[in-house]
Amino acid sequence: MATNRETPEVNAGSMADIAFLLLIFFLVTTTLETDEGLGRLLPKKEIEPRTIDVNERNVLRVNLNSTNELLVEDAVLDLKTLRKVAFDFLDNGGALPGESKYCDYCKGKRDDSSSDNPIDAIIALHHNRETTYGFYIAVQNELVGAYNDLRNREAQRLFKQSYVAMTEAYYDEKTPLIQKEKLKKRLKRIQKMYPQKIVEPEVFSNKRFDDEAQ
Amino acid sequence: MKRNRQKRKAPSIATSSLPDIVFILLFFFMTVTTMKKTNFLVENTLPNATETEALYQSDGIIEILVGNPTKHNGIYSMDVPKIQLGNRLAEIDGVATYVLAELAMMPENLRKTAMVSLKIDKTVSMGIISDIKNELQKINMLKINYTTFQGDIFRDIK
Repeated sequence: MATNRETPEVNAGSMADIAFLLLIFFLVTTTLETDEGLGRLLPKKEIEPRTIDVNERNVLRVNLNSTNELLVEDAVLDLKTLRKVAFDFLDNGGALPGESKYCDYCKGKRDDSSSDNPIDAIIALHHNRETTYGFYIAVQNELVGAYNDLRNREAQRLFKQSYVAMTEAYYDEKTPLIQKEKLKKRLKRIQKMYPQKIVEPEVFSNKRFDDEAQ
Repeated sequence: MKRNRQKRKAPSIATSSLPDIVFILLFFFMTVTTMKKTNFLVENTLPNATETEALYQSDGIIEILVGNPTKHNGIYSMDVPKIQLGNRLAEIDGVATYVLAELAMMPENLRKTAMVSLKIDKTVSMGIISDIKNELQKINMLKINYTTFQGDIFRDIK
């Protein structure tokens, strides 16, 4: 009588099939989450529309029309040059030395027909109801890009670290608390030098651009 | 003689490590993906952007989707962009109530930092988006995020 003295082997051949089934199940029911985007803070709703007095030289007017054309200060502009134009506008620093608005860290042309100081510089973005969202985001992206370029430059000069990298480190959970406090102060300082002022004026521009359309 | 017979046997490929490989793949997908919360009732190709920042929070996010409906169900035309709130399509006047209801369901500590993630198809025109922003302003829900993909913006233009 032949007895089988070997321990019976577990058949693992179908293990791969089971794992494949699980894998396919997860592939179908889950998505790769996109958790990135352009953050924005909407202005508070005001019952009485507020008017602010600003010098025209401190405003960069960006207008997107219904056929997805970009107009900057009433002239058609290629999207590729928008970043440069916004960068130059913000970094202009037109106020003269000795004036209270003088910008000592600006490296722009100091043209007196462009912005006095980055703190006063405003980008007014107006869009038509027919502008497509993809184009709007592209323009927003370029404007934010101009701010980020400037902030990176100053952060690099002052703290030897780029602004974007500092922001990432600030939100990283692994960064120790003491360092976070330090980063917070630094980020605030850079943000104060180049405050992001992209406004979407409603009343003023409606009147102005609707007149043009007629 | 015995030796020769052994040699003639075709060599078999060892597949015992195949499950391990598949399991590694499985774990990879389990960690990097998340469960689908909503079914997409609208087309949703997000635009590309390079200057994005991460949302830095996974809780307290209210999603609003906008796009052309994917299925023709007799009520909505497939050419007119619609707003998807949760698992249904809605009109603009439903946005405020939906966001407030979502806020009310959140734990107290999240309400202050809650934000609205706008997932909008890149072909949608801005009119409907202005309306949504206007509705959000009315209920003082000011923190928004235009959710995008990471990528070259010039692909969207052409």
